[in-house]
Amino acid sequence: MINSFLVPLLKIVIVLNATLVGVTYMVLLERKVIAWAQSRLGPMRVGPYGVLQPIADAVKLMIKEDITPVRADKWVFTAAPIISMVPALIVYAVIPFGPEVSLFGRKVTLYITDINVGLLYIVSVTSVGVYGIILAGWASNSKYPLLASLRASAQLISYEVAVTLTLVSVILVSGSLSMVGIVNAQYNSRLWFAFIQPVAFLIFFIGGLAETNRAPFDLPEAEQELTGGFHTEYSGMRFALFFLAEYANMIVVSSVATTLFLGGWLRPFPNIAFLHFLDIIPSWAWFLLKSFLFLYIFIWVRATLPRYRYDQLMRLGWKVLIPLAIVNLLVTGIVKVLLLV
Amino acid sequence: MGEAIAFYTLSAFIIGFGVLVVSTKNTVHSVLFLVLNFLFVAALYVMLGAQFLAVIQILVYAGGIVVLYLFVVMLVNLKRPPESHHDPHRRTRLGLGLAAAVLVELVAIVAYGFAQPAAAPVAAAQSALPVSGNTEQVGWLLYTSYLIPFEIASMLLLVAMIGAIVLAKREL
Repeated sequence: MINSFLVPLLKIVIVLNATLVGVTYMVLLERKVIAWAQSRLGPMRVGPYGVLQPIADAVKLMIKEDITPVRADKWVFTAAPIISMVPALIVYAVIPFGPEVSLFGRKVTLYITDINVGLLYIVSVTSVGVYGIILAGWASNSKYPLLASLRASAQLISYEVAVTLTLVSVILVSGSLSMVGIVNAQYNSRLWFAFIQPVAFLIFFIGGLAETNRAPFDLPEAEQELTGGFHTEYSGMRFALFFLAEYANMIVVSSVATTLFLGGWLRPFPNIAFLHFLDIIPSWAWFLLKSFLFLYIFIWVRATLPRYRYDQLMRLGWKVLIPLAIVNLLVTGIVKVLLLV
Repeated sequence: MGEAIAFYTLSAFIIGFGVLVVSTKNTVHSVLFLVLNFLFVAALYVMLGAQFLAVIQILVYAGGIVVLYLFVVMLVNLKRPPESHHDPHRRTRLGLGLAAAVLVELVAIVAYGFAQPAAAPVAAAQSALPVSGNTEQVGWLLYTSYLIPFEIASMLLLVAMIGAIVLAKREL
């Protein structure tokens, strides 16, 4: 009873809450880091060094008037933010934060579940998230959101191909579709897959930037051209849901990249005995540390690089990343066959 | 018992959304009901123990193909009334004919299913495979027993892609 219902329920509650708090503080981190990059201070007024700013923002967004345009399609307009938020949250069901540990005298796994099609589950669930953006643009019944949502969905579909191809080469190396199995495969191969599959790692990272609509690929939100993007007509909490979904997706991409390429919860060089003192830091802390590294790079890239032009974006996706991913997949397959013989 | 309840609930949703797909006036809404329909079909696959198929159903149909449908529906102006044809009952007759064909097909499948219960051959096929695990079994079957149909299907897709490029490009 306790093991089959209470423990999973507790894990779900913890993971969901941690994600939502993490997402709000990602917003603060982003504002702070970009401020430092531009020699500013960033938010300073609410709480010491502005640490309570996310709470103030959340309260403001919740009590703000929620406007639905008269000509909008009411049902779809309401459903769109929910459709983009839910996939970003249910992906965490299969992300492993750590191995099996004993907590309070009970064996507990630090992931909600481990299914044998874990990686495919992540890809398929995130592919459903595109609907939120398309429908938001369509239901607003306004031209700029529609243009932005067409751009966004074309961008997401194009980069999804490249990202999925890199995942296939990771699956070839690991021989498993389960997220826990992939981490264990990295333990057995004595190397993180970032070193075995550097090209796939790079393509995954660039594709991840594009799939989360982050700079330098944030064309769906290009203010100068689209007055704010697909969520122009949204206000209050519904706008906040889109905003949260974007950051939740960033955390998803970071966690998946950590699991697939940086060894998940494993410490650096997990098989070398004299580095055992590193085990003082628990496995979940390694996981969070590595994910944080990715999130920081996301923000850093945004503060550094200018936005791509739309044709450049499409050229990069279709003429560089996808062929590169296919070649990488072929080479991986050939090398794997040669090693087996 | 629980399995039966889950099955009938899912089936009711699938049929309900299927009816909504064809009965809704707004085309975008009917595409959305189609997505919901696909998601519930995926849940049915999970119940059958075919997790790989369920995930692929969501990835390919709900997440891929229907997004393209939605693109087309959003970009094509569907507000103008359909063009009038000299024979107003043409569509009714065509629809009835197609419905009758599908009905005959379904009855044939159900009759065949009663004549030959599927459980036994499936179990026999599974025990004969040298690999375990859902994904591995699908992969094994695709590349051994069903290699030629699989390759023909991929050739078909390639031909369709080349055809689309030839049609869309003005000069090659």
